[in-house]
Order: sequence, then structure tokens, then C-alpha cells
Amino acid sequence: MEERSTTRSVSDAGVPVRRRLRIGDLTLRGGTVAVSLGLVVLLAGLLVVLATGAAPALSQLGLSFFTSRQWDPVTNHFGALPYIYGTLVTSTVALVLALPVSIGLALLLNEVRSKWVRNPLTVLVDLLAAIPSVVYGLWGLFVLAPALNTYLAPFLARTLGKLPVLGALFVPTPAVGNMLNAGVILAVMIVPIITAVTREVIATVPADLREASLALGATRFESIRMAVLPYARSGIVGATMLGLGRALGETIAVSMVIGNGLGISASLLAPGYTIPAVIANEFREATSTGLQHSALLALALVLVVIALVLAGASRLLVRRSERGFR
Amino acid sequence: MTARKAASTLFMGALWVAGLVAVIPLVLIVYYVLLKGLPAVHVGFFTQTAPPPGVPGGGMSQAMWGTGLIVGMATLISVPLGVLTAVYLSEFGRGRLAVGVRFVAEILLSTPSIVAGAFIWALVVVAMHSFSALAGAIALTVLMWPIITRATEETLRLVPDELREAALALGVPRWKMVLRIVIPTAGSGILTAVMLAVARGFGETAPILLTSLGNDFLNTNPLQPTDAVPLRIYNYAQSAFPAWQTLAWGGAITLLGAVLVLSIGARLLSDRQQRRLG
Repeated sequence: MEERSTTRSVSDAGVPVRRRLRIGDLTLRGGTVAVSLGLVVLLAGLLVVLATGAAPALSQLGLSFFTSRQWDPVTNHFGALPYIYGTLVTSTVALVLALPVSIGLALLLNEVRSKWVRNPLTVLVDLLAAIPSVVYGLWGLFVLAPALNTYLAPFLARTLGKLPVLGALFVPTPAVGNMLNAGVILAVMIVPIITAVTREVIATVPADLREASLALGATRFESIRMAVLPYARSGIVGATMLGLGRALGETIAVSMVIGNGLGISASLLAPGYTIPAVIANEFREATSTGLQHSALLALALVLVVIALVLAGASRLLVRRSERGFR
Repeated sequence: MTARKAASTLFMGALWVAGLVAVIPLVLIVYYVLLKGLPAVHVGFFTQTAPPPGVPGGGMSQAMWGTGLIVGMATLISVPLGVLTAVYLSEFGRGRLAVGVRFVAEILLSTPSIVAGAFIWALVVVAMHSFSALAGAIALTVLMWPIITRATEETLRLVPDELREAALALGVPRWKMVLRIVIPTAGSGILTAVMLAVARGFGETAPILLTSLGNDFLNTNPLQPTDAVPLRIYNYAQSAFPAWQTLAWGGAITLLGAVLVLSIGARLLSDRQQRRLG
């Protein structure tokens, strides 16, 4: 960046050059500025359009939109609590499962010096991010969910299900689709995202710190624990927030395995429903009379606001974490 | 071995386990998609349209043409927008506006895809009184524009400043330097960005669901409801008919193949580009 600004002043130094009006320069600069502003307008438009669409539902239903459990197009009453609950539960399960794996993987990619391990592993994880969510859903529905329902769910019900308090999470139900399956699929889907950002952050930890700790006789574990992780902490929080944002908004894969059951159940082995899933399932069937479309747009608005705030906060955290140690 | 060393070895072992756990799903997904998808793929799969419920056979040709139409239009719209935004950020952008635009591009990458669908439904489908391929393309543009912007900006930054300085020193106007020197030098990197965005567009289901709706028959009119491969997979997977479920796996193998070829191709291209400019 520094070099480039020098360039500019050199070319600007020739006064006659600057005085000559260059239509080409003006056009290109003006065009790119206009298009770039278009991107900002797109974001603003997104929020305005959704807010306009959501206004009737939010103003008529008020706070009960967020606190009521009843979602009924016939009586024209829409309470989103079950969807909010399902979204939070599945995303939490996904984070709990994905975080240790992602951080472990990011540390591994940072520790391993051999190209023959690091490159293939990086490529594989990137490919995991490229798989379309409908393929995840198909696989989840026909392969993962039956396997989890046959082996994991009974096992969890037998063991953790017997514990006090925690046991409530693992009360078995005969349902095929459940929140645990959705959480597991989501975890697989967000691992590449959290890993990529965590790697980016870990890469900025100064080598001196690592070397100093190793020179003092720290083992690799101690060096990671005392030199790497403390410095990468805020960046890892940022990575987690990005992963959470992705998990909250994931639609297709979740709706295929979660069972789409209305109701609020403490057990992860019971069906659930999420905000994106209900938008996907009800949007096309919603009638133009009544509040249903408006209520669905309100859910979309809530979702995008949370996702964008998480993404923004994540970016700021990651940037701060990187900038601090350059 | 001391306890400290043992703890360290144990920890490194745990990291390897994490690596393994992360990769296993990819292997399993590719394995099952091949296993269940290959039997579904035959000539008719690519030439026939949707079969009636419960009837075996049939294909996904209408969905493949539909995906081509929707993603093709989305690419035509989002590539110029994304590249121009990236040119602004890399060549002209300074100060608050550039910081703001870059931040917006970054957070828009996290737009939930279903929200892009709901947004374009409210904006385009309602206004035109019809679901359409065009609405689907615009919804995909919401997702692809930031992707192309971010990836292209990164690749433009790899172009050495010496090239820019040499051009300016020769008296080349700035616009010509950008169009004739910077963009061609970054060419394969820009192609990489486009490939990644197209791969994303191919795989998106949720936005298409709310904007293009789907269609059992081949449609080439951009203003009519149009089918798409991911949409078909989604609908067929949840049906009770084994024949439809088989078609869903066939669709998955087609889709996964296309997306993986694009992603791996993009990666190879960008590795070459970085070696050349790095």
C-alpha cells in the first residue's frame, strides 16, 4: 500500500498531467465507485425490504411474536418461540461439537511442518466447505440419521440419559428426525469455516514467541497453551461467532434431518424446527391474505440481523487479534 | 518420559484425532454419493424430464437446463459487479468509503442463503407476480457478488506494484493501466474467483426455492418458474417413492461432481497464479 501511494504522488507531480482531464480515468473511477456503492445499497435494501415486509406482523403481534408458542395460519396468530428455540439448540450442539475439532485441526495444520500432510489436509477441509447443503441433507437423511438413531441415540439415552439434570437432554423418542442429528450435520458444515479463520489468526502469532517458549524448555503442548492460544484467543472467539452465524442460517440440510416438529422439547432426541427451515417450508404455501408472509419475513429479518451482527463482530475481533501482533 | 512430555504427546495425538474426525465426513459423503448415485446415472437421466409419482425412470434434464439458465444469468450479472467492486477496492479505494465497502462485502458473505431468497421474493417475485429464473438469478447474485468481490480483490493485490509503476511511468493513463495491465495479469485469479462463486451458485437450494419455485418441465423462458438440480434433490429426497429417491442421489452425484471439479480447478489455478506472482 505504501509503495502505491508513492506511485500516485509521482504521477501526480507532473502538473500538466494532472491538469489534463482524463475522461477514461473519470469513467472507470466513477463506474467502480458507483458499483461499490451498489453493494452498500444492496445491504441497506435487504434490510429495508425485509423490515417493510415484516412490519405488519411485528406491529400486530408485538412481543408475542417472540414469546408465543402458537404458530397457526388459520387463526392468524404467529408465535416464533419454537423456531427460535430449535435454532438456538441446534446451533449450540453444533458449536459444542465443532469447536474442539476445528481448533485442534487448526493447531495441527500450524504444527505439522510436512507439506505432504498439511496440503492434502487443507484441501480436504476446503472441499468440505464446498459441498452443497442439499448434499449434506441427503446424506444426513439417508445415511447419518439412521446410523445415529440406531447406535448413538440409544447409547446416549442409556448412559448420559441416566444422569440428573443433564439426562433431560437425552430422553429417547421414536422420532426419526431430531435436533441431535441436525446439530451433528451443522457441526460438520461449520468445521471448515471455524478452522479457516482460526488458522488465519494462529498464523499471525509471532514466531519469536513460539521459539522463546520452546527455547525455555516448554514442550509443544505447553508452548501452544502458553504462547499460541492466549494470543489467538480473541481471534478464535471471532471464528466461533462466524461459525455460529453460519449455523443459525443454515436451511436445507437442517430442515431435512430435524423432523420439522412443532413444540419445545428439552430432549435433543426429539424433533425440532428452526427459523430457516420454517421459512423454506411455509413460504410457498403461505396465502397472501393474513399475516403469514409477513411473519416469515419477520423471521428472515431477525435471522439476517443476527447473522450480520455476528459476522461484523467476528471480523472486528479477528482483525484486532491479527493487527495486535504484526 | 516425564509427565510433561507425556502430556504433550497426548495432546499432539488429540490434534491428529481432530484432523481425522474433520476429514471422515468428507470421505463418507463422497463414498455414499458415489455408491447410491452411480446406479441412477444413465443416458435417460440427462435427457428425460421428471417422471410422474411412483413411475420408475425419468431424469433431471429440465433441472439441469434450469440450473444452467439460473446460474448462467447470475454469473452474467454478478461477475461485472463483483470485479468492478474489487477494482475499486484495490485500485482506487482509500479512506472511509473503501473501508466501509470492504466491511459490507465481508459481512454480506455471511448472509443466510434463505434470507437472500426471502428478500428477492419480496422485491422481485411480488412485483412481477410470478416466480422466475430471473428472480432466482438475482437471489444468487446477492450471494455471489460479495464472493467475487473478496476473491478478486485478493488476487488484484497480488499484482506487483512495479507493473503499475512501469505503466504509469510510460505515460499510460490510469484507466488503461487497470484494464490492460492489472486485470490481464490477475486474469487467472479472477477466473478462480468466478469459479468459486459459480460453484456456490450451483449448490444453493434455499434461495431458488423461494424465487424460481421449480418446474416439472423444461423451461427456457427466464420469466417463468424454473427447475434446478438442488431443488429437485431436496424435493425427491423427502418423497416416499424409491424411484424419486434414486433420482435424488443421481442429482447429488451430478451436483457434487460439478462443485468439486470447480473447487479443485479453482484451487489449482490459484496455486499456479500465486507461484507466478508470488
